[in-house]
Amino acid sequence: MKKIEAIIKPFKLEEVKDALSQIGIEGMTVSEVKGFGRQKGHTEIYRGSEYKVDFLPKIKIEIVLPDARVESAVKAIVSSAKTGKIGDGKVFVSDVEEIIRIRTEEKGDDAI
Amino acid sequence: MKKPLFLFLLTASLAAGMTAAAAPAAQRAEPTLEQRVADLEAYVNNGSRGADTNTAVNSKLGSCDPKTNAFTPNPGPGPNAWQMISAALVLFMTLPGLTLFYGGLVRRKNVLSVMAQCLLLTGLVTILWYICGYSLVFHKGNSVLGNLGFAFFNHVDSSPNTDYSYWVSQNVFAIYQLMFAIITPALIIGAIAERMKFSAVFLFMTLWMFIVYFPQAHMVWGIDGLMNGVFNSDAKIHAIDFAGGTVVHMTSGWSALVLCLILGKRLGFGKENFSPHSMVLCMVGTGMLWVGWYGFNAGSAVASDVIAANAFTTTTLATAVASFVWPMAEWFFRGKPSVLGFCSGAVAGLVVITPACGFVTPGGAMLIGICAGLIPWFFCYKVKAWFGYDDALDTFGVHAVGGTIGALLTGILARNAANANLALNLKSFITDTPLQRLVIEQLKAIGITLALAIVGTTVIAYTVKAVMGLRPSEEVESIGLDLAEHEEEGYHG
Repeated sequence: MKKIEAIIKPFKLEEVKDALSQIGIEGMTVSEVKGFGRQKGHTEIYRGSEYKVDFLPKIKIEIVLPDARVESAVKAIVSSAKTGKIGDGKVFVSDVEEIIRIRTEEKGDDAI
Repeated sequence: MKKPLFLFLLTASLAAGMTAAAAPAAQRAEPTLEQRVADLEAYVNNGSRGADTNTAVNSKLGSCDPKTNAFTPNPGPGPNAWQMISAALVLFMTLPGLTLFYGGLVRRKNVLSVMAQCLLLTGLVTILWYICGYSLVFHKGNSVLGNLGFAFFNHVDSSPNTDYSYWVSQNVFAIYQLMFAIITPALIIGAIAERMKFSAVFLFMTLWMFIVYFPQAHMVWGIDGLMNGVFNSDAKIHAIDFAGGTVVHMTSGWSALVLCLILGKRLGFGKENFSPHSMVLCMVGTGMLWVGWYGFNAGSAVASDVIAANAFTTTTLATAVASFVWPMAEWFFRGKPSVLGFCSGAVAGLVVITPACGFVTPGGAMLIGICAGLIPWFFCYKVKAWFGYDDALDTFGVHAVGGTIGALLTGILARNAANANLALNLKSFITDTPLQRLVIEQLKAIGITLALAIVGTTVIAYTVKAVMGLRPSEEVESIGLDLAEHEEEGYHG
């Protein structure tokens, strides 16, 4: 079992969600996050005052999948979230030791 | 012990009043039909009834005391309706217009502190106004301050005070003018936002009303005021200020600069991000200010007459032009037009047209709009950065600069065609040319207003500092005034 964490541009969320549903992925956790990478922040100007805003709003999607489905899911995320410009985000894939479905107490792949 | 003494004084003063009023006077004659028609025409044209000036005749639009022969005019329904609406509009500028405009521009941890200060002033100034404020400004007295004849709203009833209007009830007039007295100190809050103790704001503003506002308002608008060039033929300075360029914007703006210099910069100024927590609230507040300002400017005619109609027009033109010019200047010089630029331009336009609105023509208003879009903009963008003062929400840049250039432009652009009252006492000062003598009189008025605001505020600020201190502790300031001083938060979650 693997966990995919994808940091993407907020306006790409709908496209990414649609791409994932098309390959049959039924659940995900989405959060609004802030951060920066090479893109850095932007400048805001209010009358005479200039402020550099380092942290930009991003969306983080988390999905846990059986190993066999990870590659297609990553492909779907990357192709749907890509604009080709700096700041498109990143995808992290990591191992997950255990999953428990709270309602039924099923474990492992059955709980996904 | 106290009560009999009080009763004695009351009886004595009543008796004194009666002897004074009981002077023998010929009975007023009932008006002829022609005089009654003339009274109605006077109502429509905002003029005086026969009985207002002629003690030999009575009027059906008022009542005569058969013993003293004193005439008490009735208010007119039209002017009263307009003046009550105008008063409500000017209150709307403060609550919630200015509170949202300012509240949106501060950080979220201080939004309620700005609102609390505006609310405090609404109640506090109303109490001061009732006790003696109205009297000090609008009762006859000397050229700087009125006397206490209207203290505790004594004699302030629904009958007009014909020094100020033939058709608006004096109590309505008093409440209308109260709204100006409320918003003026509230404007100062913009410069000192996020870093002044609530208790210090309380004491400072109370003293400021007595030392700066009441004298300034009496000098400019009091019937025997030093600078009331339009209506006081004995005015030493023949200046004009239609709706408060000097009284409201110059006093508050220059006091704001002085107070923010004495107070010092906010913690983290120039290092931390002080960007507005809600430009949306700021924009909503701007819209309310603009709407409310019609009561402020057109309402200052104290009649819904030709002068009010012109003021309504010039206010719209100047404001719309300034709200256009400011963001265009940003776009040209900085690359992007901002919502705060549109909002600031609108407010600057309203400020600059304020002293001029009832005295200039539409053409003059367009010119004023352009100046209002460019000059305060320049002060907020460049001058503030050069000197590095922390005028948090640009009260100085918009109100002091705007009020001052407004007073000056009024001198240059006032035209007899815009306001027939200018011919009453100012014939030799207004010759319908840019360099008319009025300009010098306006400069004198600007000088006196500047001196009063700067000296008054310096003295008051150091007094309050010595008594209780001006700033909260560093810890309070970094937690935010909302939680520390009011035990509330503007937003949860």
